[in-house]
Amino acid sequence: MNLFSEKKTAISKAYWVIAIIVVAAVGVSLVMRDESGSEQEVPDIVDYNFHIRPILSDRCFKCHGPDANKREAGLRLDTEEGAFAALKDNPRKHVIIPGDPLNSALYARLVSSDTSELMPPPSSNLALTKTEIEIIRKWIEQGAKYKKHWSFIAPQRPEVPKVDKDLNPRNPIDNFVFAKMEEVGLDPNPETSREALLKRVSMDITGLPPTLEQQDKFLQDKSADAYEKIVDELLSSKHYGEKMAIQWMDVARYADSHGYQDDGYRTMWPWRDWVIHAFNSNYSFAQFLTWQLAGDLLPNPTKEQQLATGFNRNHKITQEGGVIDEEYRIEYVTDRTNTVGKAFMAITLECSKCHDHKYDPVSQKEYYNMFAFFDKVPEKGLVGDIGLASPGDPPNMRISSADISSMMHYINKKDTADVVVMIMKDSADIRPTRILRRGNYDQPADTVEMATPAAILPFSTSKYPKNRLGLAQWMLDPANPLTARVFVNRIWNEIFGRGLVKTVGDFGMQGELPSHPELLDWLSVEFRESGWDIKKLIRMIVTSTTYRQSITRSEKKLQQDPDNKYYSYFPRMRLTAELQRDLLLSASGIINPEIGGPSVKPYQPKGVWESTTSGRGELARYIQDKGDKLYRRGLYNFIKRTAPPPALLIMDASTRDQCEVTRSRTNTPLQALVLMNDPQLLEAARVLAQRSMNMNLPENTILERVFRLVVCRKPTDKELKMLDQYYQQQKARFEKEKGKASAFLKSGEFEQISTKDIAGTAALMQVNQMLFNLDETTVK
Amino acid sequence: MENQEKEFRLNVTRRHFLTSAGLGIGSAALGTMLFKDQLFGSDQQSAIPLGLAQFAPKAKRIIYLFQNGAPSQLETFDYKPLLNKMHGEELPASIRKGQRLTGMTANQEKFPLVGSSFGFSQHGQSGAWVSELFPNMASVVDDLCIIKTMNTEAINHDPALTFFQTGAQQGNRPSMGAWMSYGLGSENANLPSYTVLLSRGRGNGQGVYSKLWTNGFLDSLHQGVVFSSGEDPVLYLNNPEGHDRQSRRDMLDQLAQFNAEAFENVGDPEINARIQQYEMSYRMQSAVPELTDLSKESDNTIKLYGPDCLVPGTYAANCLLARKLSESGVRFVQLYHQGWDTHGNLANDMRMQAEDVDRASAGLIKDLKQRGLLDETLVIWGGEFGRTNYCQGKIDPVNYGRDHHPKCFSIWMAGGGVKPGIVYGETDEFGYNIVKDPVSVHDFHATVLNLMGINHEQLTYRHLGRRYRLTDIAGEVVNGIIA
Repeated sequence: MNLFSEKKTAISKAYWVIAIIVVAAVGVSLVMRDESGSEQEVPDIVDYNFHIRPILSDRCFKCHGPDANKREAGLRLDTEEGAFAALKDNPRKHVIIPGDPLNSALYARLVSSDTSELMPPPSSNLALTKTEIEIIRKWIEQGAKYKKHWSFIAPQRPEVPKVDKDLNPRNPIDNFVFAKMEEVGLDPNPETSREALLKRVSMDITGLPPTLEQQDKFLQDKSADAYEKIVDELLSSKHYGEKMAIQWMDVARYADSHGYQDDGYRTMWPWRDWVIHAFNSNYSFAQFLTWQLAGDLLPNPTKEQQLATGFNRNHKITQEGGVIDEEYRIEYVTDRTNTVGKAFMAITLECSKCHDHKYDPVSQKEYYNMFAFFDKVPEKGLVGDIGLASPGDPPNMRISSADISSMMHYINKKDTADVVVMIMKDSADIRPTRILRRGNYDQPADTVEMATPAAILPFSTSKYPKNRLGLAQWMLDPANPLTARVFVNRIWNEIFGRGLVKTVGDFGMQGELPSHPELLDWLSVEFRESGWDIKKLIRMIVTSTTYRQSITRSEKKLQQDPDNKYYSYFPRMRLTAELQRDLLLSASGIINPEIGGPSVKPYQPKGVWESTTSGRGELARYIQDKGDKLYRRGLYNFIKRTAPPPALLIMDASTRDQCEVTRSRTNTPLQALVLMNDPQLLEAARVLAQRSMNMNLPENTILERVFRLVVCRKPTDKELKMLDQYYQQQKARFEKEKGKASAFLKSGEFEQISTKDIAGTAALMQVNQMLFNLDETTVK
Repeated sequence: MENQEKEFRLNVTRRHFLTSAGLGIGSAALGTMLFKDQLFGSDQQSAIPLGLAQFAPKAKRIIYLFQNGAPSQLETFDYKPLLNKMHGEELPASIRKGQRLTGMTANQEKFPLVGSSFGFSQHGQSGAWVSELFPNMASVVDDLCIIKTMNTEAINHDPALTFFQTGAQQGNRPSMGAWMSYGLGSENANLPSYTVLLSRGRGNGQGVYSKLWTNGFLDSLHQGVVFSSGEDPVLYLNNPEGHDRQSRRDMLDQLAQFNAEAFENVGDPEINARIQQYEMSYRMQSAVPELTDLSKESDNTIKLYGPDCLVPGTYAANCLLARKLSESGVRFVQLYHQGWDTHGNLANDMRMQAEDVDRASAGLIKDLKQRGLLDETLVIWGGEFGRTNYCQGKIDPVNYGRDHHPKCFSIWMAGGGVKPGIVYGETDEFGYNIVKDPVSVHDFHATVLNLMGINHEQLTYRHLGRRYRLTDIAGEVVNGIIA
């Protein structure tokens, strides 16, 4: 499929000639390259963390790094001792002699013309560029100073830089961002229009588009703090928690089914209701983290605290008859370990399950130290096959209607039956945790204790209890270099589409370096010292001048800041799958604003479940819901892991197979098909048309109204004219073909609203459908 | 935003041109697609290389007939008369060698050997043994390369299938087809490069799941697109009621006008990419129904696949559709056919399964051959593991069952650069262990990639700090089967 064709844009013939040559040339070698370094310059002062380690880590550490078993020639380049040591086979020579590149074996091997000497070996396809070699030479010349990896040094609050007052910095975020822009010769964009700002901040905080009333109110409010008032209003909306939950559900790999092939039903939705509640109540991140990691280990834990631990039971569970119990139990513990590593630490712990980490200082032993925290659960690999499937395997907890009316009012349970959720529990002496050779469940080796990777922050047993609660305390320790940074960065990434550390899930050696390290540290310290106040963090970001910039990209910015690394304009980001759905339900007024409860099954093409199932279990067939359940927000869509909702999946939603901290944003023709033909969208277009027609307003007023509802701004005169032309064209068509008009208006199960002018209504529905498909509509 | 390639590609669209040399395969594939779209429908097509393979590919396209549930090697291609001789006798410990067993038979007191209840005979020039259940496959045996020594690490369906399709038992890695799409791009601008067809037999079934055709961490452009036998051959393909081609055209024109207006104001080149997406979806709307319409196939073709091929959703119909998709340039067509999980009632279930797949599988080979496409199309037939030589449960005089067996099983390949008419590898007389030329799943992947012109160690994608490949950290090309 060609997704990047540019037929309609002018492409010179010369381009094709160049492209052919380039493509033909790369056809020879299929090596992947990290493109970020392609335009790299040699810096005046070479910094180990920012310039050297990325090169060494990517090209050298695989054989000369932390993994002792794979280390070649006994040489390691990731530590000073290793790199400055004498060569094993020639003690008179040294790998690196600080200040003397020409006598350093490292440099000699990089530039050798003898392919048997050259490093990395040509067969590895990891060759360094000339610029990279020059950077290494200069670094050695400047003394070859090693530094600890940036993300393993606890953040300190840096000084806020001074910037030009004319740029209107509203809070320190702006000072940091503008100072960086000044450094590279860029200016921030001017503030965007009020309408655009309102849509942006609404989508960011509640995930719902502003209503006409909100639009009018904001446009008319001339007070100096009109915007701040809107922000506070949105932050106190009950829909804020829903918006925040979407991302957390990806991180926590939440789903409504168990996930392996027979894929039975599970009832973890009360956990999801809790997440919404936690965000809405603005629980501190410290509490949010502690309860999820260790709510069951708090003194006299409440049911709520135990419910929160469902986080660590959201992983997949097999129901395939005949599996080997221990193989799968180990799989679950592995999933928890990896998820916690990725979610809270942004460290790819999983790489050290089978061997020492190749890039990061996490040994295989340390992996199993972490593993031990999650290994004490009284659970089985297989509780029962699909025939005996239960919605909640032990350890679990029953939640009754009485619980809900007394304490757990945030759970939206409709019937009187108890609901069973899986929770965490420890049986301290249940089993010793062992290192597994090559990660294999049936090859246990030495016993290990609970601990954390020492390079990040040693686990002090005098300070923290030796259990998950201790792990939570370790994470929240001010000396922990990762926790605050990782969370702040993820929030930033959600809002700006690009993290201050671009690799949101990897703060290790192979991850990208922060674009604004001082800002990241300032925000992290501020966040922690604010009492881990999430709403406060978001408020600070969205009230900054940086956030309020327009989206316009000048030619200069396209050249100098194409990836928006300097945040010199606001990015146009496509709404996530769930929010696209929410937008059309909301704009058409058919949305059901209910919060929480069992997941729902809206329209879905026939056969998606049926064609994949073995026929066993209660989720073999998709039974679509009826009535107002069809109009719930996207986050309540039932996720059957083996056959996730196709419209969501096509729009890049997570399969919830494993922890995901970011979604990709792709552009495929299947997405266009969904937006054109999904009955949910057609139904929204239809109801909006019928209701609008019955308002008895002039045609132009109606067109302006639907445009404002869907696009969230007033149309320009030109746009209104285009809209009217299209409306008249379609009206004329439907007048000729009344049958088609009626057929078109049949869309969806929402009750029909009769209108006088069938052709006009169908034409308006057509206009609405087009508006829902506008590129501008689908971006925030 | 963890993968630089994706970002990079977007940047390419943003900038409208390829700025630097040293581009990875992603951009190579991108290049292919650009060419193809620019040139699609023009007669210059042949002037540009299609796939940007690393070395001359032997195969351009793959059709993978996955037999989901694991057909028994002992009732298909691995003839073991000793089992009939020793019928009912205990599996010797010296043969089992402590092999782990699934929870379904691990607690059995006895492991009585059971011989095939179906006759075997030799066929073709190669003299390969084929069970009487598969007369049509036997008739094309000289086109087949039968591998008797496949083996896997997994012992249960879900991990074994996942392993075969993604190179890892767990996790959400890109599937084979996604890697091919990523590495080689598409040959047809109006169709996805990776499509999936699903069918279910009458035997004991094991479900499939979308993870098997996932793009994993690759761009979702490489996700397998399911073609179904329902009203919409591709999800969301059909226009709603009251819409026709003209009104859809009108809408797209209107949309393009509005979007162009936005581009003028904002200058975001991604808007143009969106316009193109709509255009391609519009082309797909006519290209796909033309393809899935099997009514114009000749009687001779119908005969090859059998009358079932006119019944949408059957294995036979999917085989015919697979040929049409492949012929139209779809890089990887993946079929799944359920029903081979013969824990019990094997004799009966195998017969039904064979009836459903034998003729159409062989028909596909014959059809490709008569169209001159077999040479450039690699066809693969096989399941996720083998089955035990001992009986699951008690031996019944007329029936028996076989549990999962990972240590050896048979698959076949045909066309696309594999040696025709050979049998590769040897298993022991008990059909339990490999004695010569084992082929692991990683080897299988390495070989398939090699046939497509790709070095499996160099088709990589950097994700979360690590370069991943389909073959993980293993895999040797099986040169013995390459023509």
